[in-house]
Amino acid sequence: MLFKGGRNPGRTAGSHGFQRSQGFQAAVNLFMIALCCATLYPFAIVLGSSFQSPADIAKNGYSAIPRPVDLTAYRMVFANPRQLANSYWTTIYTTAITAAVGLWVTLSYAYVLSRKDYALRRALSFYVFFTMLFNGGLVPTYILFVNWLHVKNSPVALILPLLVNAWYILMMKGFLQEIPAALPESAKIDGAGEFRIFVQIVLPISKPALAVIGLFMMLGSWNDWYHTLLYIDVDRYMKLQYLLLRLVKNMEFLNSAEAVQYGVVKAGMAIPLESARMAMCVVAAGPMLLVFPFFQKYFVRGIAIGSVKG
Amino acid sequence: MKSDSEKSLGPSYSPDLIPSPATAPDPSRSPSPAHVPSPGAFPAARRAAKLRRLLRRVRKAAPLTVLAAPGIVLIFVLNYLPMYGLILPFKNYKFNRGFWGSEWAGLSNFKFLFNGDILARILRNTIAYNLAFILVGTLASVAVALLLFELSRRATTAYQTALFIPYFVSWVVASYAVMAILDFERGSLNKFIELLGLKSVMWYNEANYWPAIILVVAVWKGLGYSSVIYYAALMGINSEFYEAATIDGAGRLQKAWHISVPSIKNIIVMIGIMNVGKIFYSDFGLFYNVPLNSPLLYRTTDVIDTFVYRSLTAMGDIGMASAAGFFQSFCGFMLVLATNAAVRKISEESSLF
Repeated sequence: MLFKGGRNPGRTAGSHGFQRSQGFQAAVNLFMIALCCATLYPFAIVLGSSFQSPADIAKNGYSAIPRPVDLTAYRMVFANPRQLANSYWTTIYTTAITAAVGLWVTLSYAYVLSRKDYALRRALSFYVFFTMLFNGGLVPTYILFVNWLHVKNSPVALILPLLVNAWYILMMKGFLQEIPAALPESAKIDGAGEFRIFVQIVLPISKPALAVIGLFMMLGSWNDWYHTLLYIDVDRYMKLQYLLLRLVKNMEFLNSAEAVQYGVVKAGMAIPLESARMAMCVVAAGPMLLVFPFFQKYFVRGIAIGSVKG
Repeated sequence: MKSDSEKSLGPSYSPDLIPSPATAPDPSRSPSPAHVPSPGAFPAARRAAKLRRLLRRVRKAAPLTVLAAPGIVLIFVLNYLPMYGLILPFKNYKFNRGFWGSEWAGLSNFKFLFNGDILARILRNTIAYNLAFILVGTLASVAVALLLFELSRRATTAYQTALFIPYFVSWVVASYAVMAILDFERGSLNKFIELLGLKSVMWYNEANYWPAIILVVAVWKGLGYSSVIYYAALMGINSEFYEAATIDGAGRLQKAWHISVPSIKNIIVMIGIMNVGKIFYSDFGLFYNVPLNSPLLYRTTDVIDTFVYRSLTAMGDIGMASAAGFFQSFCGFMLVLATNAAVRKISEESSLF
C-alpha cells in the first residue's frame, strides 16, 4: 500500500524472480544504508579517537574525525610492545592449536554420527546434544580445571575448553550428510579400514566444511577473553582480548606503575590516556577485523546449514 | 600401524560364523531359512546366536567408536564431569579440603540464596532480558531479512558485511565501542545532548537507562547473524509462489505477508522456543563487559551468570555461587523438558527427544 509503484511491472533484479520497482528499491536501500551506518558508527568513533590528541578529546570528546591527526597514542602503544607482542603470540598459537585439534575432534565425531550404519549413532548423537541443554555450571567447571586438571596459569586452560562444541559438531554433521554414502562404501569394498577411509576420503572432501567451522573456531578462540579471566594470572599467557579488558577495567591503568612495568607505557611519559586506550583497541582488534569479513560467505553458509539442519 | 589394526577390525573382516539368524538383517548373505533351525527350538542355540550377533555388532562398531573416541573423552571431561557440581551446593566446599573432604552443609547454602532479595533481582533481570531479546531480536532480524530479500544479491552481500562487523568483535571490543558513545565527559551521545542544550547524563551511573541500552547493544551485535538465518530460509522458498501471486495482482506487502512470513513461520517458532528453553542463561560477555561491571548498575544489569561469577571470584562464596548455579541448571532443565513438549505438539519430527 505504501509503495504503489509495486503494482507496475518494474525492473527484475536479484535472483528471486519477481518484479520490483525503482522507488521501492531506493527506499529499502536508503533504509539499509542508514542501518549499516548506525551499525558501524561506534567503530568509526573508536578508530577516529585513537588518532585524536588529548586536547582534541578534551574539547570535542571522542570523535570519528580527529582534528588534527595525532599519533602519540600509537607511539605510546608501540614504545615498548613486549606485553602486546606476548599477548599476540599467545593468542595466535592458542587459536591455531584450538582450530587444528578442534577440527579433528569435530570432524571425526560428526563423521561417525553421519554414518547411518553405525550402531551407536543415536546414543552418541544424544550424548553431544544433551550438553547443549544442560551443564554443571561455572563453579564445578572452575574447580575441575583448577583443582583436578591443574591447568591454572597454563595455556592448556585457554585451549581445552574451546575444543569441542556441540553446535559445531551438529553443523558439521549437516555438512557431512551431503556426502554420498556410496563414497565410503566403495572404499570399504576396496578393503580400506575405517581410519583410512576417514583420512583419505572423508577428510579431503570435507575441506569446505572444515574451512567454515575452522573459521568459527578461530573467531571464537581469537575473541576469547573469558578463559584468561578465569584461569590466567600471569602476563605471559594473557590473551589479547583480556589485555583490552584489563585496560578498561582499571580506568587509570595507563597511569599506574603496573602499566610501566608491563611495558605499555614508559616511565615519565605524558599519557594521552583515552586515545591510548582506543589505540590499543584498534591494534588488538583491527587486524582480524580486516580479515574475517573476507570470509563472510563461509560464515553465512555455516549459519544457514547449522540453522536448517541442526 | 594404527590403520592396520583398524583394518583387521573393519567390516571387510568376515568371521566364519555358522550361518544363523544373526545374519538375517543382511539378506544377501543369509542362507535360505530352510537350513536354519527355527529360533525357538533350541534355547541354547538361540542364546549363542544372540551373542554372536552382539559380537558382530560390537566388532562392526568398534573402529568408528575409536575414531570418535577423542570427542567422546573430551565431551565427557568438559561437559559431563562438571555435572558432579550439582552436589556442590549441598556441601561446605573448601578449596584445600577438596570435594570429598568438605563437609555436608544441608540446605544452608540455599537458605542464604533464597533469603536475600538478590535472587529475585537476578531472576527478574535474566528472564526479562531474555524475553525482550527474543521478541525484539526476532522482529528486527526478520524485518531485516525481509528487506534484504527485496534487494539484489550484490546489495544484500554488502549490507550483510556491514551488519556482520559487530558479530566479529569480542564483547570486550564491543564494550569499548559502547563506551565511546556513552562516556560521561567524552562520549558522543553526551556531546550531542549538550548540543541540544540539555544536561548530560552519567550513563554508567544511572541504572534506569540500562534495560534499553542492553537491548540495543544486544540487537546491534546479533542482527547480522540472526538475519542470515531468516534470509537463508527465505531464499529456500520456491519462486513460483511469488510468480503466481504477481499474476494474481498481489502487491509487495501482500506477498511478504502472505507468502514470505508464513513460509518461515516454522523456523521463527522453532528458534523462539529454543531460546525460551535457554531463558535462565545469559550472555556473560554482554552483561559483564558492556556495563563495565559498574556496581551502580547491578540493579538492572545483574543476571544469574554475572552473579555466580562475582560470588565465586570477588566474594569467594562458593556455597552461594554453586547454589545459584544449581538453581539455574535445575530450572533450565525443567524448562527444556517443557519446551520440548511444546515443540512436539507443533511438529513431532522437530522435537529434540
